[in-house]
Amino acid sequence: MEEGGTGLGLITDIHSATLVEVEGGTKIMSPNIMITSMDKIINWGRYSSLWPMTFGLACCAIEMMATYASHNDLDRMGIIPRGSPRQSDFMFIAGTVTKKMSQVVRRVYDQMPEPRYVISVGSCANSGGIFNTYSTVQGCDTFLPVDVYIPGCPPRPEAFIDGIIKLQEKIKSEHFHWSRWR
Amino acid sequence: MEPLEIAEKLKERFPEETLDIREFRGQVSVTLKKDRILDILRYLHDDSAIFLDYLVDVCGVDYLGKKEKRFEVVYHLYSIKHRHQIRVKAEVPAEDTSIDSVVPIWAGANWHEREAYDLFGITFKGHPDLRRVLMPEDWEGHPLRKDYPLKGPDKEWPGFLEVLDKAKKYSEYEWRG
Repeated sequence: MEEGGTGLGLITDIHSATLVEVEGGTKIMSPNIMITSMDKIINWGRYSSLWPMTFGLACCAIEMMATYASHNDLDRMGIIPRGSPRQSDFMFIAGTVTKKMSQVVRRVYDQMPEPRYVISVGSCANSGGIFNTYSTVQGCDTFLPVDVYIPGCPPRPEAFIDGIIKLQEKIKSEHFHWSRWR
Repeated sequence: MEPLEIAEKLKERFPEETLDIREFRGQVSVTLKKDRILDILRYLHDDSAIFLDYLVDVCGVDYLGKKEKRFEVVYHLYSIKHRHQIRVKAEVPAEDTSIDSVVPIWAGANWHEREAYDLFGITFKGHPDLRRVLMPEDWEGHPLRKDYPLKGPDKEWPGFLEVLDKAKKYSEYEWRG
């Protein structure tokens, strides 16, 4: 390889270069060639910047805010809460879903672009919790496709982060989910 | 002025209407008949020595099987000027659940009365906009009544059935990896 000049970083002698496998399915040829699958690199982009829809319904939302805030700092995971469903990748159902509110929750979900995910947070959203009453929906999975359930009443920020990591693992394992042609 | 003094003044002024005066830990409750409630509360609001200008809360209570008159409407009143307070209750029987609205005196009573109407079915005469405030507008029944079933009536609320229908209809268009 030349020192400096226009050929900087280009491999001039292809036979002398070696492919190093850095992790399963990903090989690097020093200094600037990487061989991997489209699934892997696009899923890497998707799970590394998950943008959640900001939608708090009850006390779980307080815990959600604590998770976003500096002590737990979801920004470091590329998670930035959005104010619009149009910009969101997934949605926390954080709190008690009442029948009256279920219409709004469903509408916000319908407004999100695909691919989209739902994390159900806390006992109330998972199953209705202690509110087995006339006004409460008995689990938001009755009207939404839920990907991850986080237990707790309310869950601690650690549980939130665990739920997000579970969602990331799900996204990592997806094949061609990003494609228009599927 | 001490709350008991207010209660005594009230009894002096409206002896026919005052049913009961109770004190518990410095808090005084006056129980009244509902028919002249607007006059009584206007007196409490306008009298310069009492001057209860701030309506803290209006709420309903259901005493099903515990009292002869089933419902009560409770007014918590406070005077910002004199810093005294009193609680006023009006008895409302189950046969006739209407009572005069106090919105003409305190505009802030508007949503509180709507809430009592929504959850207990107490109707407020002269209220400018008596609609439900918490439950959906096409909801049947008044949920905080003691004889309302905990899990609601057998018939599901149509608004939620709509959501379930929508979820079922849209589920075939979901992406499935």
